[in-house]
Amino acid sequence: MAGRPPPRLDVDRLIGDRRTRIIVCCGSGGVGKTTVAAAIGLRAAEHGRHVVVLTVDPARRLAQSMGLTSLDNTPRPVRGIKTRDQQAGNGAEPAGSLHAMMLDMKRTFDEIVEAHADPDRAAQILANPFYQSLSSSFAGTQEYMAMEKLGQLRRADEWDLIVVDTPPSRSALDFLDAPQRLARFLDGKLLRLLTAPAKVGGRAYLRAINAGFGVVTGILTKILGTQVLRDVQTFVSALDTMFGGFRERADYTYQLLRAPGTAFLVVAAPEEDALREASYFVERLDTERMPLAGLILNRVQQVPAAHLSAARSLAAAEVLQAATSGSTRSGGTAAGGAGTDDQAAARRLTIAALQLHADRMTQAAAERRIAGGFTAAHPLVPVAEVPAQAEDVHDIEGLRRIGESFGPR
Amino acid sequence: MATRDTDWDGVRLHVVTGKGGTGKTTVAGALALALAADGRQVLLMEVEGRQGIAQLFDVPPLPYAERRIAVGPGTDAHPGGDVFALVADPESALIEYLQMFYGLRHAGSALARLGVMDFATTIAPGLRDVLLTGKAAEAVRRKDGSRGRAYDAIVMDAPPTGRIGRFLNVSAEVSDLARVGPIRGHADTVQQVIRSPQTVVHFVTLLEEMPVQETLDGIAELRALGGIRPGAVIVNMTRPLALPQRQLQAAARGKLDQAELATGLKSAGLEDSQGLAGALAAELTEQAKTTLGQEEQQQRLDTAGQPCYRLPWVSGGIDLAGLYRLAAALREQKAA
Repeated sequence: MAGRPPPRLDVDRLIGDRRTRIIVCCGSGGVGKTTVAAAIGLRAAEHGRHVVVLTVDPARRLAQSMGLTSLDNTPRPVRGIKTRDQQAGNGAEPAGSLHAMMLDMKRTFDEIVEAHADPDRAAQILANPFYQSLSSSFAGTQEYMAMEKLGQLRRADEWDLIVVDTPPSRSALDFLDAPQRLARFLDGKLLRLLTAPAKVGGRAYLRAINAGFGVVTGILTKILGTQVLRDVQTFVSALDTMFGGFRERADYTYQLLRAPGTAFLVVAAPEEDALREASYFVERLDTERMPLAGLILNRVQQVPAAHLSAARSLAAAEVLQAATSGSTRSGGTAAGGAGTDDQAAARRLTIAALQLHADRMTQAAAERRIAGGFTAAHPLVPVAEVPAQAEDVHDIEGLRRIGESFGPR
Repeated sequence: MATRDTDWDGVRLHVVTGKGGTGKTTVAGALALALAADGRQVLLMEVEGRQGIAQLFDVPPLPYAERRIAVGPGTDAHPGGDVFALVADPESALIEYLQMFYGLRHAGSALARLGVMDFATTIAPGLRDVLLTGKAAEAVRRKDGSRGRAYDAIVMDAPPTGRIGRFLNVSAEVSDLARVGPIRGHADTVQQVIRSPQTVVHFVTLLEEMPVQETLDGIAELRALGGIRPGAVIVNMTRPLALPQRQLQAAARGKLDQAELATGLKSAGLEDSQGLAGALAAELTEQAKTTLGQEEQQQRLDTAGQPCYRLPWVSGGIDLAGLYRLAAALREQKAA
């Protein structure tokens, strides 16, 4: 019943193509996006690219797996990059390089403010409670600042490939929407209402406007209180001078994402929820005419003994279980030599192996069905699979192993 | 109504958090079912607008209204109670709040049109969060004339572990912005419920390094906030490997006795063709490595000193039957 298999996503070709300058890894939380991004960065570096990986995930383990004690807002060099020849023990061809960094959302935001406002005004903004809430909250700002940082890295032009890992949003789409939302917010009707009195100043203005405004501020005062409203107004009018700058930057990153040289990789685990998000994302990228390279299906269950079906495996396990309980009833010395300790141990081991195998076959079938659903809906989206790893990635070798699943088979 | 000892007697608000991908919504659903046994009335609340509950219970998308979606497990003598679901979004919560406290009917929608929610979520997520936690607090306190309180328990499918501290610490988040005023007063009322012994926060995790780390960090964060009580650690999707320790170790090192496996296969009537024993041994080796890694993670979780429940991995995805199975497992372990 399996439908037509999807086209194969050739990650090696993507990272080998010098025209690829930005790879954006997106997907819902918990699918291994950050690890995949790091593995792609490493593999590209070992293909001779000069790569920076921008992550938003404060995972110490990931930092350690790249030989760094921690990640911060400055790109740090990762050691141990080997070309493929070097890995095979042959001579050295010039290798690429890998840097890694983690987004510091608040620092990045502060820098924008400092760049766009005179020192006095900047200080005023940085001290405002609403600015502090805005710049350190998780909702939207992180996505926006990730895009801002991406823009900065691209402009700096020190790397020929930027791999960016998007924030673990509740929905993968937040990351596309957040920059626009912030821009829209700063441009919004409500803000204009709130800033208007501060700009025009006092009563003359209040007399001139319609009753709607009075109702709105009345309600806001009721909910928030006058002091809060005043703080908001101060904050907004301080930001006012920066509006143009914000919009420009949001537009720039948006265009950057659509430009040739950018490739989106949607990362998902073979689970309903993750692939549902992946589907939304694929459709959304299409609507926005953003360049989707394909889907990376991470943590796919591998079954070495695939020729033994789950049903046969379970049936065989039952045969052994029956034999075990039979020998127990007769005191472990059943006729036919079925009851020695060695044989009991062999049976236990085999039962465990067969039950595990049946579980894996069931799981693999469920994963194929779920992945097949995605491909049926998006038959043209190329897919690359990364096998489930038995252990967490601890070192550069582990990252390399994940990267190898993108290589020739 | 039958009473039995559980680990959370006296708790009315169960906040369920977890890293993305750990099955937080599934566990929240199972816990709601488990709590609805013995005729109890339970409200299952969602706050992130993903319609996860509707998908889990296989019902059409849910509105901002309390709808009955399932019946808890029960017997003839003690029929199960009802599970109601509510998808709370900040906009509707704001409109309701204005109606309830200020008698403002249309003002809320006017504000919504002006983008007040965009405003709140963008510059002051604390304000949005207080509306959502406020709705849960209201359900905890709500009275129903005939039977005392409206709900025996409320289960909230809360934001992920990385955000849970901020989400629940509404009073502090809001007071940074509003030192006085009505919203501050509202936040303080909500905070009383959240910091009372009626509320606990459960952490859903897998036995993998990242979710375990986030769980430990999350518990430490709540403790540091003071007054917000960490509840249980719920380990989801466990797949124990039924092997004695000696064989487990051997398997993990790739030193399994394949002859033993071949003998076992033969007595099960399976021929060791196409290297079956070798392939099965490879599967065991992989799983044994995973299992040993998981034991290590379990030990790390144990250092947190919170009650720990284990839920089995349900093969082929969770349907309603699977959900009841998880609910039964939670009850057996005295989670409800």
